[in-house]
Amino acid sequence: MAGLSLMIGASDMTLGAVFRGEGDDTLILLASRIPRTLAIILTGASMAISGLIFQMLTRNKFVEPSTAGTAESAGLGLLIAVALFPTTSLLVKMVIAAGCAIAGTLLFLKILDRLPPREPLLVPLVGLMLGGVIGAVATFFAYQMDLLQYLGIWTTGEFSGVLRGRYELLWLTGGLAVIGYLFADRFSIMGMGRDVSITLGLNYRAVMWTGLIIVSVTTAVVVVTVGAIPFLGLIVPNIVSRIMGDNLRAAVPWAASLGAGALLLCDIIGRVIRQPYEIPIGTIFGVIGSMIFLYLLLGRQSHAVR
Amino acid sequence: MIEISHVSHQIAGASILSDVSLTIPRGGITALIGPNGAGKSTLLSLIARLTPLQGGQITVDGADVTMTPTDALARRLSILRQDNSVAARLTVADLVGFGRYPHHKGRPTAEDRVHVEQALEMMGLHPLSGRFLDELSGGQRQRAFVAMVLAQDTDYVLLDEPLNNLDMKHARQMMERLKEAAQASGKSFVIVVHDINFAAAYADLIVALKDGRLHSLGTPEEIVNRPCLRDVFELDIAVETVGGHPFALHQIAPEPLVDT
Repeated sequence: MAGLSLMIGASDMTLGAVFRGEGDDTLILLASRIPRTLAIILTGASMAISGLIFQMLTRNKFVEPSTAGTAESAGLGLLIAVALFPTTSLLVKMVIAAGCAIAGTLLFLKILDRLPPREPLLVPLVGLMLGGVIGAVATFFAYQMDLLQYLGIWTTGEFSGVLRGRYELLWLTGGLAVIGYLFADRFSIMGMGRDVSITLGLNYRAVMWTGLIIVSVTTAVVVVTVGAIPFLGLIVPNIVSRIMGDNLRAAVPWAASLGAGALLLCDIIGRVIRQPYEIPIGTIFGVIGSMIFLYLLLGRQSHAVR
Repeated sequence: MIEISHVSHQIAGASILSDVSLTIPRGGITALIGPNGAGKSTLLSLIARLTPLQGGQITVDGADVTMTPTDALARRLSILRQDNSVAARLTVADLVGFGRYPHHKGRPTAEDRVHVEQALEMMGLHPLSGRFLDELSGGQRQRAFVAMVLAQDTDYVLLDEPLNNLDMKHARQMMERLKEAAQASGKSFVIVVHDINFAAAYADLIVALKDGRLHSLGTPEEIVNRPCLRDVFELDIAVETVGGHPFALHQIAPEPLVDT
């Protein structure tokens, strides 16, 4: 699928031409197609892993960065960065966005402590509300400062603007995903709750913070570079969990591949359907993702009845 | 041995434990009994550092539970709580495997696999080892959790109502296996049991709690008798002797004792 993604695009490009060194084909491949494909793979894999880790930390299958206020907080942070320090580098903006994402997620976890544990659906509802409030604050400031169109770009993921030099921050998410994999056992144990974690000698707070930072920073990087992709971190981990179970040592590689594959597929569809124009990947993923999610929800119901 | 000295505990202003001091010896089965709300579960979670200690001191083989690093303690002492609502989708083999985490920290060795196999064997879980926890019955799940705690292979194992959800066959089997393990490897089990007859038949020591205080402590014969039980549970229970063990007929009201 990655190969297909390399071949498809608005401008005509053939491998033969690249090898013969003709025209702009090599430039297109190196400057646009390869960065785009890599960006999609990195984003898809790391968002799926983030969702998986987040669901383990909160012990709730409906939590992911866009249902917990993390993505909105990162957007707000980015807005603050753009408004106050418009001239700084992307890296500094990313750091500010990541800081806000961590703060927002922390707030979400604090609220979570006060919710009754037997109401699993309450958790994402509260998260969506928190995200709505933070998003409203961001919209208000964006409106005041005439930055609304930026906010639109950050909250809907889109890969058409990805060129060489504009996606490299995403490698950071790749690094975080690897750390996530190394900590896989710890996150799996966290998924069994605080008591089991302590019994097994886990430093509960330290692991919670590690996960929190992985999820928040990954989200912030994605928001800063390509824009948020809602529900990717929700649907992919749920599918993997249904098939593989929640032992993250086994589930993380699957989530990474499935996340990257799903995003690639949606991107290719988005690019092909109305050539040479594009439909944003967030839209395609929203349509396909919500259908899969409904199927999962209904499937679970019949499973429970049986 | 586990030494508990002057432990008091309050939750939201209500006193749960008040000035409890007792010593649980090394090796054998110690049963904690007492009415609902006597503080049994709280005492267990204090010993296992799941609840922060408010007053008093608890040591396990001389190591203070509040000062010892949690991963070091995890190799000495394990606990199974009463309610194990695990939402994660894990297979039985995965779950039991995680019991080895304190020893291998993510890199299981051949020795770890042997322990997992033994624990699965002990709880008769081999046919179920590939099944997910949410596909099991309550009793099967309970056995899987006990197997996980056993795989942790600690000197001290605290079990809060391990017989929950078990049928007669598996309840008796579990107590027999625990007894064997205690005798063969010198492990210490501290278990909360509601069926007093399991305590009478399998425990080496019975600790009776009432209203957050230590009521009495002794052999099954010393505790499981009509006057003592009446005092602890505020219930008149006839006690017979069956197979050398005291046996409480707690299901039915006995003939009243004639006061002389």
